[in-house]
Amino acid sequence: MSAFREPLNIIITGVGGQGNVLASQVISVAAVEAGYRVVVGETFGVSQRGGSVMSHVRISRDKAYGPLIPRGRAGVIAGFEPLETLRVMVKYANPDTVMIMNDRPNYPLGCLLGEDKYPDPHRIEETIRKIVARVHCLSATELAKEAGSPLAANMVMTGALVGSGLLPFGREYFTKAIELLFKDSVRDLNLAAFELGHRRVAG
Amino acid sequence: MGVCKEQPGVRVALTGNESLARGALEAGVAYAASYPGSPTAEVLGTLAKVAGQFNLYVEWSVNEKVAMEGAAAASFTGLRSLVVMKADGLNVALDFAGALAISGTRGGMVILVGDDPAAHSSVREEDSRNLCKALHLPILEPSSVQEAKDMTREAFALSEQLKLPVVVRCVTRVCHASGDVKLEEIARPERRPVFGRHDRVITFSIRMHAQLEQKLSRAVDAAGDSAFNSYTGPSEAARLVIASGPSVMYALEALDMLGLSGSVGVLKLGTTWPLPEKLLLSYLETASAVVFAEEVEPFVEDNVMALAAGHWSELGGVRFYGKRSGHVAGPAGAGIGELDPDVLADALAKIFDVPRADPLLLTSLEAEAMLGEKMPDRELALCAGCPHRASFWAIRTALELDGREGIVLGDIGCYTLGIVRTGYYLLQTMHCMGAGVGIAGGLGKLDRFGFNKPVITVVGDSTFYHAAVPALVNARYNRANFLCVVLDNETTAMTGHQPHPGRRTTATGEPADTVPMEDIIRGLNIPYAISDPYNVDATVNAVCEMLEQSGPRVLILRRTCALAAVKGKRKNRVYVDWDKCIGDACGCGRFCSKVFACPANIWDAEHGKARIDEAVCNGCGVCATLCPQQAIVVEGTVE
Ligand code: SF4
Ligand code: SF4
Repeated sequence: MSAFREPLNIIITGVGGQGNVLASQVISVAAVEAGYRVVVGETFGVSQRGGSVMSHVRISRDKAYGPLIPRGRAGVIAGFEPLETLRVMVKYANPDTVMIMNDRPNYPLGCLLGEDKYPDPHRIEETIRKIVARVHCLSATELAKEAGSPLAANMVMTGALVGSGLLPFGREYFTKAIELLFKDSVRDLNLAAFELGHRRVAG
Repeated sequence: MGVCKEQPGVRVALTGNESLARGALEAGVAYAASYPGSPTAEVLGTLAKVAGQFNLYVEWSVNEKVAMEGAAAASFTGLRSLVVMKADGLNVALDFAGALAISGTRGGMVILVGDDPAAHSSVREEDSRNLCKALHLPILEPSSVQEAKDMTREAFALSEQLKLPVVVRCVTRVCHASGDVKLEEIARPERRPVFGRHDRVITFSIRMHAQLEQKLSRAVDAAGDSAFNSYTGPSEAARLVIASGPSVMYALEALDMLGLSGSVGVLKLGTTWPLPEKLLLSYLETASAVVFAEEVEPFVEDNVMALAAGHWSELGGVRFYGKRSGHVAGPAGAGIGELDPDVLADALAKIFDVPRADPLLLTSLEAEAMLGEKMPDRELALCAGCPHRASFWAIRTALELDGREGIVLGDIGCYTLGIVRTGYYLLQTMHCMGAGVGIAGGLGKLDRFGFNKPVITVVGDSTFYHAAVPALVNARYNRANFLCVVLDNETTAMTGHQPHPGRRTTATGEPADTVPMEDIIRGLNIPYAISDPYNVDATVNAVCEMLEQSGPRVLILRRTCALAAVKGKRKNRVYVDWDKCIGDACGCGRFCSKVFACPANIWDAEHGKARIDEAVCNGCGVCATLCPQQAIVVEGTVE
């Protein structure tokens, strides 16, 4: 576990329907279980339906913070979708930021309709690499399929985030949070997805 | 989960809306009612889940006015009651709210209003504090998830003390935030509603206005003693920020970033109406520069400046900075949109003339230069498999076949996206719940002036019950000429799938006496038909046929919301048969992705074929019926 900077600012970003909010919920429940203070701000487009979404998670030892991270001050950015990862990096990253990104594009309407061009995901990754300290790029959707459903990509990403070693508390709090929040087969699926993501980054 | 934990002193993770609900539980609330609206939609659902455990009455009401009337009734009997709405909902309830302020209440009654600065999921940015002031109701404004709970609990006590409803005004950034919350005990009062033959709660004599003013001046004293107003910073600060809501946290962080924490004080106002006048004056006396931080309108700003004007001779030359002066402004301008720590840091750096060290590295333009490409925007879209997309498609097709340039009107719900591309830009008006039906009624009476275009209005099922019925009564009575299409997805989808009178269950999951919309429509003597929007051909025919008729008529397009339909179920697998799909060459105009525009229909440019993104597709099968090449295959059965 690396040195903890107060507060630890985590941004989770992606597209509506990718399970952003659940991922931030798992992190906040884990943080509280581990005795930390936490605040999560959800930012979303009007639709919550396929628009860009972003959650700000701020973890601290004993201070209450506001729900929004100031620009340039993200410690970690977990991007569930390449284009959104880049968009959020521009506003919130700094040279010390660690990026964790899913390589699978989710095409905006304009791209589906052939009016806009979706940038090459490899170029996106390269661009991000030039700016920040560290990038973990993974095929979270494929790993989630391995775990049982592409919809569990959010837990793969959460596992990867924990695997990056930036959080001040251990993965056991995350397994506990997942067990608290989900039941039966969904819980098993999420635990398996979390494990795959964790292993992929922690090695 | 955490909401009903019994251990006082323990910290749990709650959302702002859960925290508000917990505050009501800690206060011993007995009756709660709401119509769902963002950002407060989840408060009532949270209470509904624990209603059995704590013996609460919890209802989804047909609209906000009815919800408030029911909650007031409980208060009249001495019970504590809560009514929850969004800012737009307070407009609906306004008539009754004004009367209730005059008559007063008995058991503590809290009106929880969710304002949505930046209009994340609203049609406009409305600052409900201005209405609450006009109503003479005290306002508490939480600045954090913790305070959402603490203030709600206190608001019940204050309401009982004043015999007046108290408003908790909460913004999206608190409702939709989550964080650790320190719990207190849940009250379990003995509840005996009392309302006898001779009890009267009325709005009658002019004397009652005087009484209301007295209540409000007692509220000024209460505000002066309130622990929700607090100060952080040097003593006798010459430079002061007055902040309310989440702006308090933003201001503290901004001052910290600028290195100004030691020299600029922050006065946090939790009681934003009426103002704690003495407290404010004591800080204004030593201040020479005051900055206001609040969302959305300059409400505290204007009222504090008015207070200062009344004490001008004692205060001397204080300079005020805020929205009026143009200093506290986001990119869209002063008083428009949300504040955040950056907006405040920029404003404070300018006002106090300090540099802002910003770790921001690059602009979007620089990033695009590095990438060598543009970053395309992401527009709003109806979900994959959304029945509304199929309905809009059918309406659009029918209007083309009809050829008379029919007008399409709408209002509030997922189907509002009919104003943008995803709904083929069909909707021509969008104002408030049920407005499309009323406007259609008006257009439908203009034939005598030569207006002869067919008029269609779309309305959701929940909106139908909320606000369409009176407009339909009016249309029947006056013989207005239009087709009302009810987009019935069998739930209140936009706000999180709450039930409504068309459903078989209540808020707490008990069986309900369903009020089928067909019964109402039949009772209004309005002709109607029902179609399944997934059956596109039949729906196009139904719309065409009904466009030919006259008078008011209703077409119900019924199909469960795609998100609700697949919950916990296996979806159909849908894929493109690449032998049949001949892509750009086939002349279909890439129908599936380009024209029908389901976000799960993606284009594989490398192979020049259509593809379906299985992570997004809902398995509805509509694209398969529309593909001119029959290249899309549905595996499994679509019922
Ligand atoms: S079946 Fe076709 S229209 Fe339905 S969700 Fe899947 S891709 Fe979209
Ligand atoms: S939530 Fe339901 S109604 Fe709303 S866009 Fe999605 S599928 Fe359509």
